[in-house]
Amino acid sequence: MNKRRTVATASMVMAGVLVTAGCGAGGPAAAGGDFTDDKVVLALLNDASGVYKDVSGPNSKIAIRMAIDDYQEKYGEEAVVDDIEVTSADHQNEPDIANTKAQELYDREGADVILDVPTSSAALAVATQAKNKKKLYMNIGAGTTELTGGQCNKYTFHYAYDTWMLANGTGTVVTEEGDKNWQLIYPDYAFGQDMVKSFTGAIEAGGGKVAGTIATPFPNDNFATYITKAGAAKPQVIGTMHAGGDLINLVKQYNESGLKDQGIDLAVGLMFISDIHSLGVEAFEGTIFTDAWYWNLDEKSREWADRFMEETGDRPTYAHAGNYSAALQYLEAVQAAGTDDADKVVAELEGKKVEDMFLRNGEIRAEDHRVIHDVYLARVKGPADVKEDWDYEEIIKTIPAEEAFRPAAESGCSM
Amino acid sequence: MNAVLQYTVQGLAAGSFYALAALGLAVIFGVLGVVNFAHGAFYMLGAVAAAVLLDTVGMSLWLALIVVPLLMLVFGMLVERLLVQWLLPLDPLYNLLLTFGLTLLLVDLVKRRYGVSGLPYERPSALDGRVQVGGVGLPIYQLFVIGVALLVCLGVWLLMTRTRVGMIVRAATERPELAGALGINVGRWVTPVFGFGVALAGLAGVLAAPFRAITAEMGSDFIIILFAVVVIGGLGSIVGAVVGGFLVGLVEAFGQAYAPTFAQVLIFVLMAVVVLARPAGLFGREEATA
Repeated sequence: MNKRRTVATASMVMAGVLVTAGCGAGGPAAAGGDFTDDKVVLALLNDASGVYKDVSGPNSKIAIRMAIDDYQEKYGEEAVVDDIEVTSADHQNEPDIANTKAQELYDREGADVILDVPTSSAALAVATQAKNKKKLYMNIGAGTTELTGGQCNKYTFHYAYDTWMLANGTGTVVTEEGDKNWQLIYPDYAFGQDMVKSFTGAIEAGGGKVAGTIATPFPNDNFATYITKAGAAKPQVIGTMHAGGDLINLVKQYNESGLKDQGIDLAVGLMFISDIHSLGVEAFEGTIFTDAWYWNLDEKSREWADRFMEETGDRPTYAHAGNYSAALQYLEAVQAAGTDDADKVVAELEGKKVEDMFLRNGEIRAEDHRVIHDVYLARVKGPADVKEDWDYEEIIKTIPAEEAFRPAAESGCSM
Repeated sequence: MNAVLQYTVQGLAAGSFYALAALGLAVIFGVLGVVNFAHGAFYMLGAVAAAVLLDTVGMSLWLALIVVPLLMLVFGMLVERLLVQWLLPLDPLYNLLLTFGLTLLLVDLVKRRYGVSGLPYERPSALDGRVQVGGVGLPIYQLFVIGVALLVCLGVWLLMTRTRVGMIVRAATERPELAGALGINVGRWVTPVFGFGVALAGLAGVLAAPFRAITAEMGSDFIIILFAVVVIGGLGSIVGAVVGGFLVGLVEAFGQAYAPTFAQVLIFVLMAVVVLARPAGLFGREEATA
């Protein structure tokens, strides 16, 4: 009797173990073997309170959440992982803080991927950490081509935009349209210097010339003299490589200078819709710039922008949209790989053709991890043409994905 | 030659912001002995207030030039009554820390409410455009800024030299012990003087609104240059603040034009040279800094 009971109990236990194990192998709950900590952690590392807060900032966390929601809705029970977290940190645009935060996110918070990281010097620090820790980093916010060039690595991907793309769009097209003689004004740090190099190349390729360059301190609020100096050389166009508050200062003082009336145009290297929103469309009227994405591009982008606006009260910049897309494509790759193992996820991403709300004709290039996609040449509308709030851009040209970005062969990247 | 004229006007326009704000800083330091670190934040508040009033009630720049300084005067007096006065008997360091903390608070509150991209501002069309002077187009707005700054500085100078209140404040600024010994009650002027100094910073902010990016951070670099201005002019000297302000504006403009890489350094080189030659600044007295 006792013996029988023991046997019965033992069989029950055995059966239980087998059942549990069986379920585990088949169902999402037991992803334990394939997922570190049984979960996926997406980490947003960007500027939470400084100059780039409105460009990306905390609203990118909402964009990433939207990507998680869309992933979960799409796969439901089929999702390979249930527990997906978003965490975030503020790097204050400082490379050393970005470096420390990236380590903390990977090691302590168990981040599987770090997203965003505006400010090129900070982005390069995070890319190095990604390489060392063998974890993913998808850059959206920083513009330097080094990330997919000399300093590229297996675990770093570059979304949205870069200085080559901006220069190729604005520099080439404005030159081809007849403004051949340029003066460039740039902030004297990594990003500005990189932009000048890229723009000079693009302008010369378009048959124009850069007659002079003027370096300015960064940050700076008084540009009047620099603008007078640039105008004194009688160029056809002044190209500014400034961003954020510096750009706004410069545009206000350019409008003041009277150069516009003399027919000296202003071309802007890097601009986000949040800049136009803050200074007002009058100040920027007619300015030409290259945009990685525009919220009112078509139905698909507008639908997403409406959702974003419900949550945040603002229209998204292309950095917000890029964060959404990067998070979504990361999760798609995890789904396909069935694991958060970085090497397997990278293998899924490499060479993938992608089409989503943000990426049009997109491809995640295997050679240098540049994510290429269609980009747009935009002109800022005049106040009379603005039909609703944030309706600031007229898209004058779509630059196809394969022309928009530096060819992989020229990147100088070896993984 | 044309360029030199343009640079001069640009330098004087930039100097106008410095002169007005430094004047406020000097008056506050003179009477209260407070090194007001929050002065850059008050300048920023002036610009933000002008932008918000334009956006919400459509207040033009003309009206804002009067209303905003008045608001700032009241705000400054409140700050003095509620915070600064309690620390006056203590080491001046306490008020330096207080105003530094106040800066962080104000900057963060503005960021929280209005974001970091800045606020739009449209100036009245009467101030658009340029006037031709000897073949050079000089922006009307820059000339307007210089005019307002000179008028206000002149007004303050008359107030200080021709009125009883001014004499008391000047006595308190330049010879505090002597003023006290003569039975002048300096204490009752402390609150309005603080408010007045804050109002001047606010006025500089309103003037800057159409010209500069209106952001929470706009006072951060400004305050650093402002300290250079008052050190060059002489800490606590009213004339020194004005002369120092315009001088620094000119050095900045010509530095940017002829030695761009050193433009900002030049201001501090000038400061170092002045301090070496005259430790109390151009118009400062040895006692005033003691």
